[in-house]
Amino acid sequence: MTKIIVDGIEVDVPPEFTLLQAAEAAGAEVPRFCFHERLSIAGNCRMCLVEVKGAPKPVASCAWGVRDCRPGPNGEPPEISTKSATVKKAREGVMEFLLINHPLDCPICDQGGQCDLQDQAMAYGVDTSRYEENKRAVPDKYLGPLVKTSMNRCIHCTRCVRFTTEVAGVSDLGAIWRGEDMEITSYLEKAMGSELQANVADLCPVGALTHKPEAFHYRPWELNKTDSVDVVDAVGSSIRVDSRGREVMRILPRVNEAVNEEWITDKARQIVDGLRVQRLDRPFVRENGKLRPATWQEAFGVIASRVKGTAPKKIGAVVGDLAAVEEIYALKLLMQSLGVANIDARQDGAALSPAFGRASYVFNSTIAGIEEADAILIVGSNPRVEASLVNVRIRKRWRAAPLPIALIGEKVDLTYAYEHLGAGPETLAELAAGRHSFVEKLKAAKKPLIIVGQGALSRADGQAILSLAAQLARSVGAVAEGWNGFSILHTAASRVGALDLGFVPGEGGLNAQDMAKGGVDVLFNLGADEIDVAPGAFVIYQGTHGDRGAHRADVILPGAAYTEKSATYVNTEGRVQMANRAAFAPGDAREDWAILRALSDVLGQRLPFDSLNALRAKLYAEYPHFAALDEVAQGDVAKAVEALAAIGGTPGRDAFQSPVKDFYLTNPIARASGVMAECSALARHVRLEAAE
Amino acid sequence: MAVRKVAPEELQPKSFAFTPETEAFAQAQIAKYPPGRQASAVIPLLWRVQEQHDGWLPQKAIEVVAARLDMPPIRVMEVATFYTMFNLAPVGKYFIQFCGTTPCQLRGAGDIKKVLEARVGEQGHVSDDGIFSWLEVECLGACCNAPMVQINDDYYEDLTTENFEKLLDDLAAGRPVKKGPQNGRHASEPQDAIKTLQDPSLYDGSVIGSWRKRFEEEAVKAADADTEKKS
Repeated sequence: MTKIIVDGIEVDVPPEFTLLQAAEAAGAEVPRFCFHERLSIAGNCRMCLVEVKGAPKPVASCAWGVRDCRPGPNGEPPEISTKSATVKKAREGVMEFLLINHPLDCPICDQGGQCDLQDQAMAYGVDTSRYEENKRAVPDKYLGPLVKTSMNRCIHCTRCVRFTTEVAGVSDLGAIWRGEDMEITSYLEKAMGSELQANVADLCPVGALTHKPEAFHYRPWELNKTDSVDVVDAVGSSIRVDSRGREVMRILPRVNEAVNEEWITDKARQIVDGLRVQRLDRPFVRENGKLRPATWQEAFGVIASRVKGTAPKKIGAVVGDLAAVEEIYALKLLMQSLGVANIDARQDGAALSPAFGRASYVFNSTIAGIEEADAILIVGSNPRVEASLVNVRIRKRWRAAPLPIALIGEKVDLTYAYEHLGAGPETLAELAAGRHSFVEKLKAAKKPLIIVGQGALSRADGQAILSLAAQLARSVGAVAEGWNGFSILHTAASRVGALDLGFVPGEGGLNAQDMAKGGVDVLFNLGADEIDVAPGAFVIYQGTHGDRGAHRADVILPGAAYTEKSATYVNTEGRVQMANRAAFAPGDAREDWAILRALSDVLGQRLPFDSLNALRAKLYAEYPHFAALDEVAQGDVAKAVEALAAIGGTPGRDAFQSPVKDFYLTNPIARASGVMAECSALARHVRLEAAE
Repeated sequence: MAVRKVAPEELQPKSFAFTPETEAFAQAQIAKYPPGRQASAVIPLLWRVQEQHDGWLPQKAIEVVAARLDMPPIRVMEVATFYTMFNLAPVGKYFIQFCGTTPCQLRGAGDIKKVLEARVGEQGHVSDDGIFSWLEVECLGACCNAPMVQINDDYYEDLTTENFEKLLDDLAAGRPVKKGPQNGRHASEPQDAIKTLQDPSLYDGSVIGSWRKRFEEEAVKAADADTEKKS
C-alpha cells in the first residue's frame, strides 16, 4: 500500500492504482470521458487532469499510476490536487476544445438528460464559444439495427472501439483517419456482429451512439426506474426496467460484479418491443377448433369440467423457460393436491434431476469464479449464444492470461482461442478414460473448470454424458477444497428454480417429452413454447404471448411477463434473484401465481395462500434458500459429482448441438419482437455470407 | 492537411493478390517479428502493396494484407487511413506531392500551385491521360531548396514556374529529367556569392582521410610516450 495525499486527505491505496482511482478512494470526483473501469486506459480525452505537486503541468489522472509519483523532498507522500484553480482552468480548457466541434443539438439529442458531456459542461463549460469557424461535419455511419449514430457529436473517446475489441471480442469498430478528421466506423460500414453490441451506446459519453429502436421515444427523466433481473437466458443479468405509464420503454444493465458486471446482451435489452405485441390480454377458449375470447370464469369452468373427468394419471404439467419460482411452486402445490405425478420443468428433456443434490445441476464455480479457473473444458455448449455473459467472463479470464481452453461440441467462434477436441460424446469418453492429451492440462491445473451445456444434456443419452463429465471432473480433481470446478450451464431462466422446487416427475410420473407425445389427456402448460404437444390432449396454456404454446392451446390463461410481476428467479449459478414489477400486465392478464390460486379454487383444491407474501412465507418455510436473495446456496459438490459419476451408462455417438439455434429468437417475447427479428435476419444473412 | 477519401466503388478493383515478389517481401518482413506479432509488419506490407498497385491501396488490398497478417480489416484500415503516405484512391503515374508549408510559400509555392492547378487540375484529381495527380502536403524538409515538390520517390527542388512547366513536359513526354535542384545547384549550397568551401583541395580528393590520419598519428605519439615512461 502506498500513501498519497489527495486534496489534503491522506489515503492508503495499492501502488498499482491510478491517480483517478486514488482520488476516488479519497472521495474526490474526477470528470472523465474516455476512462472506463472495465476497459483499457486510452488517456485521450484529457478531462481527468489533476495537479501533481512537483509536476510542471497537469497530468491525466486516469493514466498516471500512484507508484509513478515522486515523494516530497523530505519523504512526504506525493500530493495531488483535484480541485485547485489550475485544475479547474485546465479542465475548462479541455471542455472548450471538446465543444469546438460538438453540435449544439441537445434539444433533439436522445442522450439529453443522460449525457456525460452535458453534465460535465455544467461544471466546466462556458456559455459562449470563442470559435467562429464552422463545426466539423461527419457523415453518420450504419452500424446495424441496434445502434444509431450521429457522428457529429462524437468526441473520440474510443470507448466503443475498446469495448467491441476487448470485451465483446469482435474487432468491428475502429477509428479511421486522424486528428480532427478521425471517424469511428466499422469496416465498410458493416453492421456490428456481436451479441453485446448495444452496450456501446450505453458506454458512449455523448449522443454519438444511441439506441436505434428507442430513438426519440422518451426522455430519461420521464421514466420510472425499477431494478429487476433479466430472464432471456439463465445468467440472470441485473437490469433496470424503465417504464412510462403502462409501457416498458427500455431495459438497461445494472452493475452486478457477481453476474453481468455491467453489460447485458442485445436480446435482454431490445426485447422491449416484444413485451407490447402479440400479448395475450384476455382468456381464450377453443370452440369448434377456433379460439374465442372468454371471461376468466368461463375459462376456469372449461378447465374444471375437463380436469374433473380425468384421472390424475392422465393429467400433466409442463413449465416453460420464463416461469418464476412463485408460479412453479403454486402449480406444483396444485398438481400435488390433484394427485398428479406427471410434472416436468425440463421441456427440452435435459437429464438433470434434483435427486443428485443441488450441486448436480447448477453452475457451481459461479460466474465470477471463472476468473479463478486455470483450465476450462466446455462440453456441449456454445456459451456465446447460450449465456453470452458467461462467455464474456471466460474471455476476460483468457485476456488476463491465456489459459488452456477446450471445447467438445460445435466448432464456433467463441471470441477466444480454444482447442477443439471433438464433436460428440466419444471425445468426452476418451477424456474421462484419461486417453486424451488435454486431460494432462486439466490435471496440471490447480483450478480446472468443466462446463457442461444443455447441448450435451438435452438428449436421450444426456444422463450418461453427465455421468462421464462427472467422472472426468473427479479424475482431474475439479472439485477440491475451495474450488468447485463442475458447472452446468443452463439456457432457461426458470430451470434451476424449478429443479430446486423438485418440479420433476414424481413416482411413476411421465416426463415432458412423454406428456407431449400423448401420455396425458390434460396438459397444463405454464409458458412452455419450445415443446410440440401431439394432437389429442386438452392443453391449458398459461403464458404471455401468442406463440407456439398458445396456438396449440384449448384454453389460454393470460399471464404476466417478467417485467410485470414481482417474481423470484434462480440463475444458472443457483443465485436467487428478485424481479420487480415495472408495469402492469395488459388487459385481463394477471400475475401467474394469482391465476393458479384462482384456478385452484374452481378446481376445489384451494391453495393455502391469498397473497404473494403468504405464498412466499410458505415457500421460504419449505425451501429456506429462496429467502436468501442474491446469494448462492452452495450444495455439496463433491457428493453430487460422486453421485453423478456413479450413474454410468454408455452415451450414443451423435455430435453435440447447441440448443440455441438462433440467439435472437429463443423465447416467446423475443419471437414477438420486431427488433429481434431484424437482428436475427441480419445474423442469418451474415452466416450465409460467411458460409459462401 | 489534405483530406483524403476512399476511392468510390467503381474505381475499386474486384480482386487483389500479392505478386511473388511481394509475397517474398512479406515473408521477410513478418520473419522480423516474434511469432504472434506478425501484425507489426503492417506498414511495410501496405507500403509494398501500394508500390505493387500503381501507388494506391484498394479495399481488396487492405483485406488481403489483413488476412495475410491475421488482423481484422478495420485494424489495417485504421493504419492505412492514419498515415497520409498511403493513397486510398488512384493516383497518376507521376504522383506529385506539393509542399505548401511556410518556407515554400515564402519562396513562391503559390505560383507552383497555380501551375499544377492549370495543368493537372484539382487536388486529388488524376489528369485525363493518367500521367499526373497532385496533393498538397506539409513540409517535406527541403526548405533550403524551396519551393519543391516530391514526384513519386524523388525530390525536385528550386522550382520556378518555367522550370517546373518544363519538368512536367519532360515527364509527360518520357524524357529523362534531373532529380534534385532544377536551377543548376548541386545540392543546398549557396547559389551565388559563394564565400566558403572554395579551397580546391576540398574537391580533388587530397583531404580524404586527413582527420583520421591525424588521430592515428596522435595515437602513435601517445603510445610512444607511454613506452618511454615505463622504460
